[in-house]
Amino acid sequence: MNARVRFLALSSLVMLAALIVASTYWQAWAAPDLANKNDNAIRQISEFTIDRGRILAADGTVLARNHVVHTNNRTYYYRRYPLGALTAAAVGYATQNRSRTGLERSASDYLTGADQSLAGALKQIGDRLLGSTIHGSDIRLSLNLSAQRAAMNALGANCGAAVAIEPATGKVLVLASKPSYNPNDVENHYGRVLGIKSPSCKSASALIDRATQGLYPPGSAFKTVTAAAALDSGKYTPDSSFYDPGYCIDYKQRVNNFTNHDQQGPESFGNLPLSKAFEFSVNSVFCNIGNALGIHKLMDYARRFGFGDKPPIDLPSSSLQASGLYSHGRLLSPSEDGFGDPGRVAFGQGNLLVTPLQMAMVAATVANNGVLMRPHLVDEVIRRNGKVDKLAPQSLGRVIKPETAAELTQMMEAVVSGGTGTAAQIPGVRVAGKTGTAENGPGRPNTTWFIAFAPADAPRVAVAVVLENQTGTGGTTAAPIAREIMQAILASTANSNP
Amino acid sequence: MSARTRELLILILVGLITATGFASVYIARQNEISPESLSYAGFFFVLYLIAHVVARFTVPDADSYLLPMAALLTAIGLTEIYRLGPTDALRQGLWVVIGVAAFAGTLITLRHDFRRLESYKYLFGLSALGLLFLPALPKIGHSVNGARLWVRIGSLQFQPGELGKIAMIVFLAAYLHSKQEVLAQGRPKDFGPLLAIWGCAMLVLVATHDLGSALLFFGIFLAILYLATARLLYVGVGLVLFLAGSAGVYETTAHVRDRVTIWLHPWTTQAIPCPGHTALMPRQECASYQLVKSLYSIAAGGFSGTGLGKGTFTLPSGGNLIPDLNTDFIFSALAQELGLVGIAAILLVFMLFTVRGFRIALVAGDGFSKLVCAGLTFGFALQTFIIIGGIVRLIPLTGITLPFISYGGSSVVANFILLAALMLISQRANEAA
Repeated sequence: MNARVRFLALSSLVMLAALIVASTYWQAWAAPDLANKNDNAIRQISEFTIDRGRILAADGTVLARNHVVHTNNRTYYYRRYPLGALTAAAVGYATQNRSRTGLERSASDYLTGADQSLAGALKQIGDRLLGSTIHGSDIRLSLNLSAQRAAMNALGANCGAAVAIEPATGKVLVLASKPSYNPNDVENHYGRVLGIKSPSCKSASALIDRATQGLYPPGSAFKTVTAAAALDSGKYTPDSSFYDPGYCIDYKQRVNNFTNHDQQGPESFGNLPLSKAFEFSVNSVFCNIGNALGIHKLMDYARRFGFGDKPPIDLPSSSLQASGLYSHGRLLSPSEDGFGDPGRVAFGQGNLLVTPLQMAMVAATVANNGVLMRPHLVDEVIRRNGKVDKLAPQSLGRVIKPETAAELTQMMEAVVSGGTGTAAQIPGVRVAGKTGTAENGPGRPNTTWFIAFAPADAPRVAVAVVLENQTGTGGTTAAPIAREIMQAILASTANSNP
Repeated sequence: MSARTRELLILILVGLITATGFASVYIARQNEISPESLSYAGFFFVLYLIAHVVARFTVPDADSYLLPMAALLTAIGLTEIYRLGPTDALRQGLWVVIGVAAFAGTLITLRHDFRRLESYKYLFGLSALGLLFLPALPKIGHSVNGARLWVRIGSLQFQPGELGKIAMIVFLAAYLHSKQEVLAQGRPKDFGPLLAIWGCAMLVLVATHDLGSALLFFGIFLAILYLATARLLYVGVGLVLFLAGSAGVYETTAHVRDRVTIWLHPWTTQAIPCPGHTALMPRQECASYQLVKSLYSIAAGGFSGTGLGKGTFTLPSGGNLIPDLNTDFIFSALAQELGLVGIAAILLVFMLFTVRGFRIALVAGDGFSKLVCAGLTFGFALQTFIIIGGIVRLIPLTGITLPFISYGGSSVVANFILLAALMLISQRANEAA
């Protein structure tokens, strides 16, 4: 009978071992998946027992702090956002009912102290064993509050967005999206957030961060990228001569300049150099450049500026969009047929869609002598022990030659000093910029743009502004907003950056 | 070193582990529990010292690992029950006292020769059936989660099936031992009683709506049948019969059908009709709520767990996240607080207990002892597999208790009697050697 007892013993041990295997599956293999289920209250509740770090603006103003509640013998740290809607686009929210967005999501490892070095991690394990509360680190953002305020005020009742970047470092100084929402309402008054309406756009969608997620046709603002490609390829100089008959022939069709609301001066310019065509935003010239370069050469330059991928900014991937050529809401890859029509794309129409963040990166690259810096919001991490980790700026590589950047800067300066963007002039400061007025079809209002940087000789800020549903042009609607943002930044950095 | 001295040393180790467990719960939750409750650990240790002393006098040569392992498992259970609700822990503590008394009583009563039980086999068989069907009786029978396993008299509530299981094992061992040779020949007329048992298991299933208990009883029956007759064919036929019966019950009983659906598809992406609610909702918020929440609890433990007393089992509002946490789902509470490391350790203790049990069956001198011992041990392992297997979604979830750990008086008392039985058999085997 003993052989049978052994067999039975073996079967029993196999059954019990299967339980260890199954537990391993749930606790190791499936755990991350289950943690992200939206009905997983345990995960959500336990995250609120962590004393999350604060989020601070560049000047130390508190943008997110904890509201401590003691119930049923436990301490919960709920979030409060003292400035409400002002910084919602960057900060986002952390709630129990609606999970998290913005930096509350992407910088959560800092805020919960989970990013620590080995020593820090050991201390955290110790804290956990001792049952003490886990304390996260504070983060200081690069956001310039006075400029952020100026941007939100200047955007006013419009639907649109503004992004400002420090060209040399990639620090994001302004991230503004309108209409905005009050993140304090998300936990318990979500209906209020959903109910936000705007007089300027049909779907207000306040929760969408238009600065990083809004996809708009760039219009003539994209001529900056086309001009960069033209000059950098060596095929053209600012003095290259063109003849403008008032239209260009694209795919055997006439594309008239008239449709270009941005253009200043006569309907047909006749003979003119590239620099003038840029200054007065002449479509036919850029249409011909696009056709001469071809769509792949053109989009290859765009890709160097960051198009084609979600920008590597420190925001959650889910609140970012890649700029590029789209078809039915899908980003096209260069290998696909019908990738894009070079003539139209060259002046920012066709199937090209871009985000304000991407256009700010274009302006910042030109301003930074052709080198693109990684845009980032988190400037430093302030540990509970007082130690401050400064996050170093990161270069994403050279996009265009320094000479190209210098030539382009001159052309952009001319836009503001005497071309389509005169509304962006700041007394005593050299401003470089480019307007954009994108059409959305006959009889429909325009999407207007202004991208700029200043001072042109030693840039401290690059900016992109977009507005939906405008009857005016980029030069009359977006340029003044860009000016106010740049002024606010130049005024506040004047002392620290003489 | 004598067997009992070794037992004492391991018990001291278990006592230290228990004290550590209670201390960590106290540190984590000191704002809601009093330091006096730390005396639980001391009280517990004294209780097991008494059990040890009784064993020293009645079964001096018995296996020295079984009692400390049972002590460790009850201590883990009591610590977690205490962490979940100190009032339940007090009651559970009383049940452990009664359990130890039952252990001592069994040892003292049967210390001379437990084998005389063999002659009362029909009494055991009848009482097993009686205990099994008790919950099905009107008035005193009581359903929890759709399974009719409980008997409630006044404020006293217990699951008679736990004791019924032991009585059934003793009956089967005695009966099959006496009919061993006849059955091995395989004459059709000798299968009458076996078919009767199969019928009873199916009746239990129908009457109590509980797949788990039916599986447990039938599994034990097949195991002892196989041990006694050496015929795997019987096991095969038995399994086919069981599956056929289960399929029949599946077709006719909505409760069993629901359990299987929950097991296969706990999550739905779409809202579906939910019994008892007018609104549509996904299954994880309705029928499979308990299973899914328990899986979240297990997953939240990860590798090392949150630490005793630091797990999340209540909403900020104070409501419970997982129903029946300290009975059916104590495993998922332990999994969250002790993590994979702790759970694997606990399961290893279950495996060791099983190994010791079968080892006693191997060295036992007579067939009856072997059958009882192997039957009890197999039942112990199978019961552990059925409840934890249900929680980790290996098999459909059923409401039976986790031996020694779950909150519940009948379970504790039954398992202490099982422990006493194993030690009595071990004593006899070692004495003879």
